[in-house]
Amino acid sequence: MTQTTEAPIADRADRAGSTPAPRAGATSTFAKALNAALADAMEADPAVLMFGEDVGTLGGVFRITDGLTARFGEERCFDTPLAEAGIMGMAVGMAMNGMKPVVEMQFDAFAYPAFEQVVSHVAKMPNRTRGKVRLPIVIRIPYAGGIGGVEHHCDSSEAYYAHTPGLTVLAPATVRDAYFMLREAIASPDPVVFLEPKKLYWSKEEVDLAELRRTFDEGEAPRRIGRAVVARQGTDATLISYGPSVPTALGAAAAAAEEGRSIEVIDLRSIVPFDDETVCESVRRTGRAVVVAEAPGFASVASEIVARVQERCFHSLAAPVLRVTGFDIPYPSPKLEHFYLPSVDRILDAVDDLQWED
Amino acid sequence: MSTATNGGRGSMLGGASDGGAAPAADRALLPSAEPVQLVDPDGQHNHDDRYPLPDGEQLLGAFGRLVAGRRINDQANALVRQGRMAVYPSSHGQEACQVAAAVVLGNEDWLFPTYRDTVAVITRGVDPLQVLTLLRGDWHGGYDPHEHRVATQATPLATQLLHAVGVAHAAKLRGEPTVVLAMCGDGATSEGDFHEALNFAAVFHVPVVFFIQNNEFAISVPLKNQTVAPSLAHKAIGYGMPGERVDGNDLAALLAVLGAAVDRARDGGGPSLIEAHTYRMQAHTNADDATRYRSADDVERWVPRDPILRMRTYLRALNLLTDEGERAFADEADAIAAAIRKGLNTEVEVNPAELFEYVYTEKTSQLREQAEQLREELARDAGAGAAPDAPADGAGDEGDQP
Repeated sequence: MTQTTEAPIADRADRAGSTPAPRAGATSTFAKALNAALADAMEADPAVLMFGEDVGTLGGVFRITDGLTARFGEERCFDTPLAEAGIMGMAVGMAMNGMKPVVEMQFDAFAYPAFEQVVSHVAKMPNRTRGKVRLPIVIRIPYAGGIGGVEHHCDSSEAYYAHTPGLTVLAPATVRDAYFMLREAIASPDPVVFLEPKKLYWSKEEVDLAELRRTFDEGEAPRRIGRAVVARQGTDATLISYGPSVPTALGAAAAAAEEGRSIEVIDLRSIVPFDDETVCESVRRTGRAVVVAEAPGFASVASEIVARVQERCFHSLAAPVLRVTGFDIPYPSPKLEHFYLPSVDRILDAVDDLQWED
Repeated sequence: MSTATNGGRGSMLGGASDGGAAPAADRALLPSAEPVQLVDPDGQHNHDDRYPLPDGEQLLGAFGRLVAGRRINDQANALVRQGRMAVYPSSHGQEACQVAAAVVLGNEDWLFPTYRDTVAVITRGVDPLQVLTLLRGDWHGGYDPHEHRVATQATPLATQLLHAVGVAHAAKLRGEPTVVLAMCGDGATSEGDFHEALNFAAVFHVPVVFFIQNNEFAISVPLKNQTVAPSLAHKAIGYGMPGERVDGNDLAALLAVLGAAVDRARDGGGPSLIEAHTYRMQAHTNADDATRYRSADDVERWVPRDPILRMRTYLRALNLLTDEGERAFADEADAIAAAIRKGLNTEVEVNPAELFEYVYTEKTSQLREQAEQLREELARDAGAGAAPDAPADGAGDEGDQP
């Protein structure tokens, strides 16, 4: 088998090049990168507003909005009454009237009261008005599990949004992507559901946020909406993942390498629009694929990826495309979640099942 | 437009306050015991200390819009019967609310209408044919909301009230004098978004006038099954804003009360809630059968309270409205109806390629593929003619299917 390229996730090359070199020793957490992206976007454009529950004085329950009210004032970053439909509906009106609202849904499973506004208006308004009303709204959602959260704090709700035409759905997996993708989301003329994997908030990378800012502001950051990236190169099989599952998939690929298997890992970054090209190029090359995602597998984003890959890569496939997903159960309680979440072992088992001859 | 304001909450003092324990400031938020009425069903002026009668010119101009509104409703109903429109929720009998909601606003203001508020949208100046695009079935919306500052007609209930709050909030942040008038019906007051909108508007102290047309029915369900509140306007006090009740078939009272609320909002007085008491004279839409849930007698009782009848009587008695003036208004209404007829009797070519155009600012590769698929299907169906040109943005990933 071919030796894999051992590329640490922080240093992997972007397809379009131009990865800024970090200042020696500079590091940032995922959370801090999001905070910096918000601050930099608000600095760059006075139309950008941040609001939601506890995002003002407190700085958000995950501190993603820390310091924004102090820096930009209560008119730019503010707390709302505790009502998610209200937050979302007000964002629609603000966007209709020239603002670029970024709203925070405090937890994935607390976003559901806003669902009608998202589906019936955020997603449909541009189409309804034949493009006369664009809604540049970013819906930030602390997302998915792995943090020991009690009930209603850990849903993987991406399929609901991905199923709704008109929404862009993003899920970053690295600190660098967290920064660039949030900046790109805020700059997008279309509404974006921005899924922030909670368990990655405290992950760290060697990255210089000032350098990322310069890179984005000077237009040198490669586009990430609609662009998947090869997070680790390999030749024998492809793991397709996004958000919180990417580090797990990379862990599985590293373990597989020790057993002599060269596994490629794709970080989708953008669920909608979906990058068929990057995914299919990889799968046609490796001939085998496993989709890894935390959400329940039935009628999921993972299902859609499998369908797309089999429709497009059938003649290149040596085995059926498999899935490693959450079970079709409500998200488990803290002591049980590790049985539910895709693990390195479960991914390696799936890789083993890819009909290897000899 | 209205002179009936002092810019403060005192402009909406409750009429017959029942006193008791509530502090005076809270009582000031309560609506009057009876709906404000300035011209009664017999066309007589009803004196009111709080709301002076709008001047004759204003009433006459608005009366002309009223006549046109009735004609638009009747014409649209006829066009549905003729199969030229998919459906029409008529505001027959509610035209005074429709006209007043539109004419109290200035050019810098925004109107947020519902599906039943077609006449309000047209009165605001939007081309009737563009308005009727939705109900004709050509597209889900036919006009540019920014052109006349009229939001798309909302079909989901009460969701638009929050959008109105957002528009007002954005305007306030920029220091613009915009006022937003947001319409809903009695049924919509049971929706969560209604409550969230009022609360957000009050907390952020934004210039929104919430205007409920209480026409007593949500399709078949009567008001008593929606709420046991003393009135819908009473809900305002729970959010710390003033509520007011107005005779929804009295054009003069509507102009005065809505005008005062708009002025108050523009002067920084914050939001308010106005409930107009009116009646849905016709079925919910042409697809509804109102005889299943109310009697002809119920409807009949509202005929003498018709908004056109009483305003006509009033204006004729004062010689503000003459035979000649009536003819002019009728001719104007006929001209609008004729334009609607002509427009809707002309087939509009729908373009299936447009289905994919506005989902995102830039088509995704998936939408490019699907657009191409539909284009090929249509080309095939069109027969042996020359194949249409390929779309400019290409066909996307071709895959490796055999």
